[in-house]
Amino acid sequence: MQKITREQLLDRAVALLSDGTVNSVLGWQKGEFDYDVTPHIFKSADELKEGFVWNDFCYANFSKYLVLKTDRIEGKLLVFLKPCDTYSFNQLLTEHRFDREKVYAIGVGCEGMVDVNKLKAAVDGISSIEATEEGLKVTTIYDDEPTVVAIENVLLERCVNCKSKKHVAYDELMGEEGEIIDSARFDEVAALEAMTADERFAFWQNELSKCIRCNACRDACPACTCENCVFNNPNSGVETKAPVTSFEEQMFHIIRAYHVAGRCTDCGECSRVCPQNIPLHLLNRKFIKDINECYGDYQAGEEVGMRAPLVDYTLEDLEPGEVLNRRGEDA
Amino acid sequence: MRKCSLEKINLVFAEIAKAYTLYLPTDQNDSSAKFTKWEEGSVWSNALNTVRSPKDFFFPQAEDLMEFKVEGKNIDITDIRQESEDFVIFGVRACDVKSFEILDRVFLVDPVDSFYASRREHGIIVSLACTKPSETCFCTTFGIDCTEPAGDVSIWKTETELYWQANTEKGEKLLSYVDSLTEDANTKAVDEQKEKTSVVMKKLPLANLTTDGFGAGKTMELFNNEAWDELSQTCLGCGTCTFVCPTCQCYDIKDFDTGNGVIRYRCWDSCMYSEFTKMAHGNNRLTQKERFRQRFMHKLVYYPENNDGLYSCVGCGRCLAKCPISMNIAKVMKKIGGEK
Repeated sequence: MQKITREQLLDRAVALLSDGTVNSVLGWQKGEFDYDVTPHIFKSADELKEGFVWNDFCYANFSKYLVLKTDRIEGKLLVFLKPCDTYSFNQLLTEHRFDREKVYAIGVGCEGMVDVNKLKAAVDGISSIEATEEGLKVTTIYDDEPTVVAIENVLLERCVNCKSKKHVAYDELMGEEGEIIDSARFDEVAALEAMTADERFAFWQNELSKCIRCNACRDACPACTCENCVFNNPNSGVETKAPVTSFEEQMFHIIRAYHVAGRCTDCGECSRVCPQNIPLHLLNRKFIKDINECYGDYQAGEEVGMRAPLVDYTLEDLEPGEVLNRRGEDA
Repeated sequence: MRKCSLEKINLVFAEIAKAYTLYLPTDQNDSSAKFTKWEEGSVWSNALNTVRSPKDFFFPQAEDLMEFKVEGKNIDITDIRQESEDFVIFGVRACDVKSFEILDRVFLVDPVDSFYASRREHGIIVSLACTKPSETCFCTTFGIDCTEPAGDVSIWKTETELYWQANTEKGEKLLSYVDSLTEDANTKAVDEQKEKTSVVMKKLPLANLTTDGFGAGKTMELFNNEAWDELSQTCLGCGTCTFVCPTCQCYDIKDFDTGNGVIRYRCWDSCMYSEFTKMAHGNNRLTQKERFRQRFMHKLVYYPENNDGLYSCVGCGRCLAKCPISMNIAKVMKKIGGEK
């Protein structure tokens, strides 16, 4: 259950619209059910009062929308950012992908967001959801009595392994500032590293063979902001619309992981949006873990203007040969 | 009507698999279900439906069409299609069975798509009645009765039994292979189940979703509706809705350069993509709003205009469950068609 209430955010958004600080509000719009919240640009106080929501299902990371949306609007856009979203926000600013002057950012404290797939696996035929101190009180079309689902059992993976409750960017903060968390997010990567090369290959082959090349991972990724992706460009020579060969289905995701290496903030949107539940975040986390081990701890988006280790040079940098040595027998 | 005990289900599968290649939904490690080839030890999933629709069986995501080989001044053209053998898709839901009719009206009209036609001819559909629909289901909006699924054979699963009804000659033939494992049955248990499910259907959140306001003759009125801007404003332009959709049928034909020739293949395409139907003059639809509008106009206006009023949505709910931003056809219908 979120500590900040919908009303607190709504009042603030309405006030900023009324006094002319902002012209529009990028927020979450209620859906058909209590869990299918859609990112939406609200233009008026009435529209906000009718459709704005803030609940355990506001998982979408708004930072990427700023790249496209701030070009097209008059005046300032108010955006609500959860702690993890602020890292993407800073990273995009570092890359000069949107105009900071056109954005008014409110940092919102976050208690973790729900993975709808996990919730649906626990309860059939959801008709309404109420957030309570005990957990999510879910009413269904099949049972007379509501089922209470403990929130920690249905959190998104990225929230289970939350890396930071601290906002690294905002104009205004609502709620208490949190801390950077020493999470267990690299445990799964370590488990993959502990496999033999054959086992690891089999693991990824099985996962990546599920890909339907819907490109949702790429299109939701705040680090993927090329105006024309090579995989969409018929003139690039590598355009692909379907995983025609097993080579292609492996290469798309691995190439994408390389393209965002050092820039990926580990926001987890790739895995959240994948309709085939491929744990894509593990590829990116492997890169982050390697960068941390080779160049010292680095968190993309922590500050605006940071030079990423892969595009920087210091005398302390690891020699390439040493990396090979570290790979040991596996090489 | 015939029936068999659920305890015998693996014997039934084994018997069918002797005569046909058999596919059925099985549980995957991420608690989703997928159609997989039956083999000894396969367990039939209890899931309501698969994430990927069974349209793949007739219209696969990618298939090779022909090969060109160049040697000196000669070009050899080879037909590299793989001929189908008879196969059974077991446990297809009523919505998905209906999607085949929608695809047929695209691929089996003149000029007939011989690749699709061959697979349709060889495919035998065993449909399964629903008992526990999800909140995202709205098949009734499109006149589909999930308790009375079409197909070559219809089946109803109760706690202990499986009831079988052959609807076509292909279905009769399939049932003859499992004759010794089934026995004659009356329709009492099935009728009771249908009754019970019908009550649930009326309680679904989208039970009142209507196609009023859509269909043939509505092109200009709906095309110019102002709500498209708002509905499409945060669409990511990914292809999830089109690729999980059982009725989306757009494809691209492309050439793969093998070094000394070309393999021409066909693959799914998505009207949500920026390079969709790109031609020499450029693109037809330059904004995501136009692409987004195209998808819903096609399903709710253009297709029925050309197909005797039949809509090209079956209410399976896959796009409702899978869209990364939770924008979908139900929300579009309510907004554009008016709240009902």
